[in-house]
Amino acid sequence: MSEAAVKKRPGILFLRRLLRNLKLPQKIMGIILFVLLVLFVLLPAINLFYTAFSFSYSDRVLPQVIERGIKAVPGRFTLVHLERVFFSPLTKNMFLIPLLNTLLITAGLTIVALSFGSVLAWIVVRTDLPGRKLIANLATIPYIIPAWPIALAWLNIFKNTKVGGTPGLFEYIFHMTPPDWMSYGPVPIIICLSLHYYSYSFITVSGALATIDSRLEETGELLGANKWQVMRKITLPLVLPSILSAFILTFSRGIGSFGTPAFLGMPVHFFTLSTQLYSNIKNNLGGDAYIIALVMILMSGLSIYMNVKVIGARKSFVTISGKGFKAKPVLLGKLKYVVLVLLIIFIILGVFTPLYVLTWQSLMEQDGNYSLSNFTLHFWTGKSDEVNKHGILIGEGQAGILRNPMILRGAWNSVRLALYAAFFTSFLGIIIGYAIVRDRGSRLSKLNDALSFAPYIFPGIAFGAVYLTMFARPFGPIPALYGTFAILVLVSVAKHVPYSSRTGTAAMMQVSKELEEAGELQGAGFLRRFFKIIFPLTRNGLVAGFMLSFITVMRELSLVVLLVTPSTKVLTTMIYYYAEIGFHQFGDAITMLVVIISLSGTIIIRRFQKTALGKEIGG
Amino acid sequence: MAEYAKIRIENLCKKWGKVVAIKDMNLSIEEGDFVTLLGPSGCGKTTTLRAIAGLEEPTGGKIYLNGKLVFSKEEEIVVPPAKRNLGLVFQSYALWPHMTVFENIAFGLKIKKLPKDEIRKMVFAVLGDVKLEGYEKRYPQELSGGQQQRIAIARMIINRPDIYLLDEPLSNLDAKLRVDMRAELKELHQKSGATTVYVTHDQVEAMTMSSKICIMKDGIIHQVGSPEEVYRKPADLFVADFISNPKMNFFEAAVTTENNKRVINAAGFKLKIGPEMLGPEEKVKVAVRPEDFVITDNGTEYTVVNQLPAGSSSIVIAGRGGEKISLLFEGNFKVAVGSKLRLSVKEGLFNLFNLKTGKRIY
Ligand SMILES: Nc1ncnc2c1ncn2[C@@H]1O[C@H](COP(=O)(O)OP(=O)(O)OP(=O)(O)O)[C@@H](O)[C@H]1O
Ligand SMILES: [Mg+2]
Repeated sequence: MSEAAVKKRPGILFLRRLLRNLKLPQKIMGIILFVLLVLFVLLPAINLFYTAFSFSYSDRVLPQVIERGIKAVPGRFTLVHLERVFFSPLTKNMFLIPLLNTLLITAGLTIVALSFGSVLAWIVVRTDLPGRKLIANLATIPYIIPAWPIALAWLNIFKNTKVGGTPGLFEYIFHMTPPDWMSYGPVPIIICLSLHYYSYSFITVSGALATIDSRLEETGELLGANKWQVMRKITLPLVLPSILSAFILTFSRGIGSFGTPAFLGMPVHFFTLSTQLYSNIKNNLGGDAYIIALVMILMSGLSIYMNVKVIGARKSFVTISGKGFKAKPVLLGKLKYVVLVLLIIFIILGVFTPLYVLTWQSLMEQDGNYSLSNFTLHFWTGKSDEVNKHGILIGEGQAGILRNPMILRGAWNSVRLALYAAFFTSFLGIIIGYAIVRDRGSRLSKLNDALSFAPYIFPGIAFGAVYLTMFARPFGPIPALYGTFAILVLVSVAKHVPYSSRTGTAAMMQVSKELEEAGELQGAGFLRRFFKIIFPLTRNGLVAGFMLSFITVMRELSLVVLLVTPSTKVLTTMIYYYAEIGFHQFGDAITMLVVIISLSGTIIIRRFQKTALGKEIGG
Repeated sequence: MAEYAKIRIENLCKKWGKVVAIKDMNLSIEEGDFVTLLGPSGCGKTTTLRAIAGLEEPTGGKIYLNGKLVFSKEEEIVVPPAKRNLGLVFQSYALWPHMTVFENIAFGLKIKKLPKDEIRKMVFAVLGDVKLEGYEKRYPQELSGGQQQRIAIARMIINRPDIYLLDEPLSNLDAKLRVDMRAELKELHQKSGATTVYVTHDQVEAMTMSSKICIMKDGIIHQVGSPEEVYRKPADLFVADFISNPKMNFFEAAVTTENNKRVINAAGFKLKIGPEMLGPEEKVKVAVRPEDFVITDNGTEYTVVNQLPAGSSSIVIAGRGGEKISLLFEGNFKVAVGSKLRLSVKEGLFNLFNLKTGKRIY
């Protein structure tokens, strides 16, 4: 019929196809997602490059600029920052030493955390140690709470009077000043980071160990290999991928860690790349900071690239596996009591002492006085005009955290931020899941998949720095966002896109395409299919994802520390502030507040995951 | 009969990158037909069905339903599934696990905004049709496989589509239930008169239920025909082999002339052929169904190698020299292993295929 006529008008055919594609919900979502990802991931990253290689307003006071009489027109291309960081007298202090420190800490952290976590995993999963279930549960607590409270607790115990302030618990009890290397610098940083990050290796490796088919090992034994040979030749190669994956995860996190090196390094001018980046920005040396950010991104990108090469894409994410294990345990004999005692000591010292010390310190009227007479609830519930028995205002006239309007505002900001971020993150998660899973194989879907993974390689502090440069000024239709609450929400959502993408795609994969198509055949439009079929079936997964984002954002420090202003302070940046000025009781009380919120959030997640498991979703 | 076919597929193609699921398919299905798409796993049955339903966009060709063009690659026409007035039962049933049986069935009616009591009436009527009264409050997970399948059918028929598409609806059921459901499905088809396209890879199912069978392999239709046609006149070697249970017997043979009569000498059997069939000395492939052998006094001697009783019939494997054949005997046929059988092929009940092209000659 009209075929001939139609053939003459390829334009119309193209238009028809385009319109039809544009009506597909997965395409619409894919396009929206792509625009968002370009705006909030790709352009900021490009902008980081741009800023690192151009003058900013404050650059006109740089000696290199003044000496050479260069006109530092803001926005004009320059290599001066590159030169300053890599090829100038500053290089040693601004780049080389922080780089070496970063590598030192990361290497130390990786070795300690990885070996301890893996050995612990083996003991808990594969031996007949009494109480290993309980120990396994307790050992995952550090995974739930952020890394930096451990550093704060360390300071409480081991700080010495070198940098001023009150003595720590160690000095109080033993009446001797702990040596400098014990109070500050690489050793405590490595220990504190390890006390948190071992849990990553522990969880990954124990997951892998628990799923090994023990018959493989038994076969080895039947063939005459002894226990040690079996372990080396069979068990180890089987869990090697997970150990490698934990290795690279720890490594890339180590490069980006900020809070711990800030608390334990900066007071003695021990800088890592992340703290150097921070202090550069605080000193108006943005360009230099962004060059450092690029180096960090490169390092972290490299480690992930290695990971992908060695293990295969995407496995660097921690996966928590809850599979049961029924293999014959390795008998430890008499050794088991030694191991048990050592582990109990570890749990007490490594897991509980930090929490306990922080709580204790938050209950001391005068910092450094650990006697019972010094006990007060002031820093939690006290009024601002509360006085002690000498008639002096406690807490310098600041009310306890549960009564202090400034801190309550910070708490409100934190909760608000976490709620908003978690909401948008989950929402985005559905969009990402739908756009990627339902349009699988298309170029747009692949592009979105890759872009949504990109924020993963940005260390938190670098990502914050990226947003700082990007949204300090108006950008296209977006007004200048620096100093607003919105930028905190934005950066938190963008940084968590890799995670929301993962939960979103996982949730969407559970709902077979046919369940939606069955609705389509019944005449249900997209919105109805979405709200009546997809949403109810993905809800549990999304709620768990929501809570996970909530907790992660709640305890985030490095990401937002560069972006907060006095009116948008959140709890974590307040803790940082109090730690910087040495007003520890407040910081500790707030820290405990964050810990409590994180812990309760985790409990809620576990609930939801259980119900999610109970209601298996089938096609 | 209507002047146009109910479903007409022209030059349909579907590719995923290099994977070709459907290759240049042409098929015409008349009003009221019960057509089975039959073929081994991965041959493109589901893809064909989904293309008809509009759930999959083919990469080429045309589809007409009721004479109306619903898909055309050249003209970039794609009518959405909901506007094709057809129903589909998925291989997995795709019942919504978060809805009760009632909600599952009533879903489409609610979209049409029918009054509540009418919906109730219709749902209960359909539940009666599929013999599941009293189950409306259950969730799909609380039903057996057969019950789930009926709910899926109920969900389809309540919208009164004029085309039913069924994707291996019986494959998840046990053997006994499968036989019962076959009868029920056939009844349903007769009652509703809806044109049905039925996907299966079970040839017995196809033979017993369909008015037309469409045999596919690797995305290509090898034959379309009535069950008798595909059984007696398979288009090629693949069809002959596929429509046979137990295995079809194939022999290579050539035409010879004996006593001025043209015969084919295959594995010791002499098969008479007409003068028009083949040129002299031409090589062919002979196919004889296991049930088409008879025991006669002047037959060829075979030795029984094995016997596999199957209740109402019995499969016997017999050998002669290097040649092995399967035989199917009705009733309670018993024979000792090692004993001799004199066999011949029933008059005219064999097929000849071109050795090179595999196409049927006789
Ligand atoms: N989404 C897809 N992407 C790529 N290839 C596909 C896709 N769906 C199907 N295929 C391929 O197309 C071919 C036909 O698949 P189809 O599902 O139609 O087979 P089928 O005949 O229904 O098989 P079965 O009896 O196993 O259900 C197969 O080779 C299959 O691998
Ligand atoms: Mg199929």
